[in-house]
Amino acid sequence: MAVLARAGGEAIRAHLADAAPLPPHTRLRGPETGLVMLRGRAGGDGAAFNLSEMTVTRCSVSLPCGAVGHAYIAGRDQAQAELAAVLDAALQDPARRPSLMAAVIAPLAAAQAALDKAEARKAAATRVQFFTMATMR
Amino acid sequence: MMRPGFTDPVLDAQSCFRAVLEAMSRPGRVQRLAAPLQPPAPLAPATAAVLLTLVDAETPLWLDAGDEAAEWVRFHCGCPIATTPAEAAFVLATGTPPDIAALPQGTDEAPEAGATLVWQAAALEAGQGWRLSGPGIEHEHRLRVGGAPEGFRAAWAAQRGRYPRGVDIILCAGEAIAALPRTTRIEEG
Repeated sequence: MAVLARAGGEAIRAHLADAAPLPPHTRLRGPETGLVMLRGRAGGDGAAFNLSEMTVTRCSVSLPCGAVGHAYIAGRDQAQAELAAVLDAALQDPARRPSLMAAVIAPLAAAQAALDKAEARKAAATRVQFFTMATMR
Repeated sequence: MMRPGFTDPVLDAQSCFRAVLEAMSRPGRVQRLAAPLQPPAPLAPATAAVLLTLVDAETPLWLDAGDEAAEWVRFHCGCPIATTPAEAAFVLATGTPPDIAALPQGTDEAPEAGATLVWQAAALEAGQGWRLSGPGIEHEHRLRVGGAPEGFRAAWAAQRGRYPRGVDIILCAGEAIAALPRTTRIEEG
């Protein structure tokens, strides 16, 4: 779910081209775009406050086999939300799951992990060690 | 298996709301709903459309329609399911409706807090049966409600003594709806 929500619609479609075709689906709800209130806590344990609202697109679909898939993604890409919901439903089918995991989810997860790592490396290069403050105390 | 709700949530809900408004303003007149819906059994298309239009997260619903229907309504309306009719803002009866005196009646200061009973009847036929009179009716409207329980008319007459408190009823059958607001008088035809 998290992998599909973070990946772009284009990237999912590109990986789907290598996989077996998805089954036909029925839209149960949406895709529809709305706002979700984000709540925060100062320091992780303060009183909860409303930080801001965020644009979210959600979609729920069902497959002929009865599986129901849901997707919530940030932004307004309704095609991505629908695709992610269909994939969520298809991944519940044990027959389809291994090939879809290999063709779509694993490469997307690897790409996201590589991106995270590259950013972490860039951030680590600018890290400042406040050892003086630690020793002067 | 989960079934879809309205194809176009905004326009379908608006046209259904208009039909409910029309039914409430002209008690006993039968309105047809056009939205194509295939709700889970035992819900009729009209019943499902009324629920999708009126029920939401702020209105607890009590229903006697079984788990599949409850699941469907919860998914599409996002409403809390009340454990007893006395706690509900909307009461859905697909079988024999509960005693209207046992539903929330509102208070004299807030009569709008009275429950709305969505009653799925076996049939609705205008032009015969009960004689209805009251606000919204020039002379009289006639309505036959299939499967109305024995003591219903007496309970409805007793409710008039509590006015402005009381319960409003939306009747559904197939794709037709009619309404009995609390101001309507019912006499046997």
